Amino acid sequence: MLVAQGGVKNSRIVGLFVFSLILLGIGLVAGLRGFIVGHEHVYGVTREVPWGILISTYVFWVVTSTGLCLTSSIGHVFGYKPMHPIASRSIFLAIATILSGFLAIGLELENPWRMPIWNVLSPNLKSNIWWMGTLYGAYLFFMLIEFGLIRLGKHKEASMAGLLGVVAGIAAHSNLGAVFGLLHAHEFWYGPYMPIYFIASAMMSGAAAIIFFTWLAYKLSGRQMEESMVKALQVTGKVYALLTAVVIFFTIWKIIASLAGKPHGKWETVMALMKGPYAFNFWVFEIFLGLVLPFLVVIGVRAKDINAMAYVAGLALLAIFVMRYDLVVGGQIVPHYHGMHIYGLPEYYHYFPSLSEWLVVLGSFGLFGSLFLWGEMAFDGHKEIHHH
Amino acid sequence: MYLKDFAKWLKSLKNEGVEHVSVEERRKFLKMGLVITGVYAGGTLLSVVSKVNEVYADIPEYVGHYPYKPHYSMVLRTDRCIDCERCMEACRKTNHVPSYGWRTRILEQHLPKGEGEWERRFMPILCNHCNEPPCVRACPTRATYKDKKTGIVRMNVKKCIGCKTCMAACPYNMRYFNEEKRAIDKCDFCWESRLSKGEKITACAQACPAKVRIFGDLSDPESEVFQLVHDPQRAIWVLRPEVGARPNVFYTIN
Repeated sequence: MLVAQGGVKNSRIVGLFVFSLILLGIGLVAGLRGFIVGHEHVYGVTREVPWGILISTYVFWVVTSTGLCLTSSIGHVFGYKPMHPIASRSIFLAIATILSGFLAIGLELENPWRMPIWNVLSPNLKSNIWWMGTLYGAYLFFMLIEFGLIRLGKHKEASMAGLLGVVAGIAAHSNLGAVFGLLHAHEFWYGPYMPIYFIASAMMSGAAAIIFFTWLAYKLSGRQMEESMVKALQVTGKVYALLTAVVIFFTIWKIIASLAGKPHGKWETVMALMKGPYAFNFWVFEIFLGLVLPFLVVIGVRAKDINAMAYVAGLALLAIFVMRYDLVVGGQIVPHYHGMHIYGLPEYYHYFPSLSEWLVVLGSFGLFGSLFLWGEMAFDGHKEIHHH
Repeated sequence: MYLKDFAKWLKSLKNEGVEHVSVEERRKFLKMGLVITGVYAGGTLLSVVSKVNEVYADIPEYVGHYPYKPHYSMVLRTDRCIDCERCMEACRKTNHVPSYGWRTRILEQHLPKGEGEWERRFMPILCNHCNEPPCVRACPTRATYKDKKTGIVRMNVKKCIGCKTCMAACPYNMRYFNEEKRAIDKCDFCWESRLSKGEKITACAQACPAKVRIFGDLSDPESEVFQLVHDPQRAIWVLRPEVGARPNVFYTIN
């Protein structure tokens, strides 16, 4: 069952697949060159803002991966039948997205080759980065097992592996939230908000990804969507609207909590988002395209019109990419010695991605694109397999 | 004349200087002066006492517990700093700091004094060698660690994966990635370059012509750092105390 059957294959898909591979190649060259000449010379990150677009891209991919796993688990792990048809593609995309994330962070780390060695030989159990890396490793393992079992039609066993994947995914992803949330140095991140918010926004991203990429897969291959798949996406649409509402709720309270009493550091960051250098990102991408538009449209079409939902979900994924950028970079822009009458200290630290960083980002999109398209071709459009 | 003789005797006394007056003595003398001025100003002894307490309240709450031996620490007398940057130069040379990085530097404060007026003060900064170092907590591979004996926050270069979480975690911006070492680099109180080879103080403290940087063992009551930090007449503060890192670099003015 794991071999290519060639049912879903046309020149458009093959063309896009090759294009994705080219992007991946460009990203790899840019990233590998970075190791040779030194990140200092090719990446835009600084001592003051050490985490830039490659970290936010990593966060974007793993948020989406966790979300694909969690949202689709409603069907294939927790037994809600109408959502079963999306299982195979969701799990496959969960694997594709996490690998894309690993590519981005792999080319961002200064010495990624030291990680597997010292993560094992010298673990720091108090470090969220350690837990995140380790748990995402376990998560990927369970996802691979689950996908294999789904392709073999062993749904019962697959749902067991899926449950382990869900547990590892939640633990890993909340730890990623804690990587930011437990840093006292950056008030905008600090607190229990981040781990919780990460899970909610992951499920939202996952729902958007399921709707958009399932729709795209059918569009590209020119197939008619089966009735059961339409139903599954309509249910996913409802989950998407619910999770968008949850994230809107989170965002509103994050803003209010960062304004009330002008809390040091938080207030400056939220001002940068609302009317400072990040205002366009915030209002146009995060708020309008990422939250308000998809919520209104999905509610407006009563989660029935797949095309309409897919358009806004696709735009929302782009907006979520920007959302992650604002979260990662925005959290670092308030100067360390802010408020201490330091002469020459900027209001906000400046960071802008360099060309090499952009190319690596494109490379990670290339990896995702090529995996997605290869998956469609290799697994016959993720056609459901039943063994009784 | 009796008075003339007294004046002669006074003049004949040798000047002992103030160099050898201990902090204890200075404190006694100051207290006496405060009592007298307090009384003359129509205040009470209580008002003087409360003044003393006010100064005490500035000292960080963790002062007094020194889990390391020696418990290395630095006190910076910021109003003495003239921004000559000899400390930075000495640090660069001693610790081979590349041009794109720094382990210590001097910030310029413009402290508001009144309408449109401000006082310039230079504020040297370096790793605070915190008691609760956020960088050490965040490092996944224990590449950065708190030395069990001295409390110095050090680097084990070969374990550094370059995730830069310690840089994001440091509230003081004290870390940078060193391309040559392929690892994060930071101030180690000159442990590798000097202290481990028998030197007693850091390169920056040695180079300072104004004696801004006082380096020593905070657990030793005889040390200058101990006496400065425990002087109740002295305002002592640390940077960004709200983040709870409990720095071992203290600030004061003369």
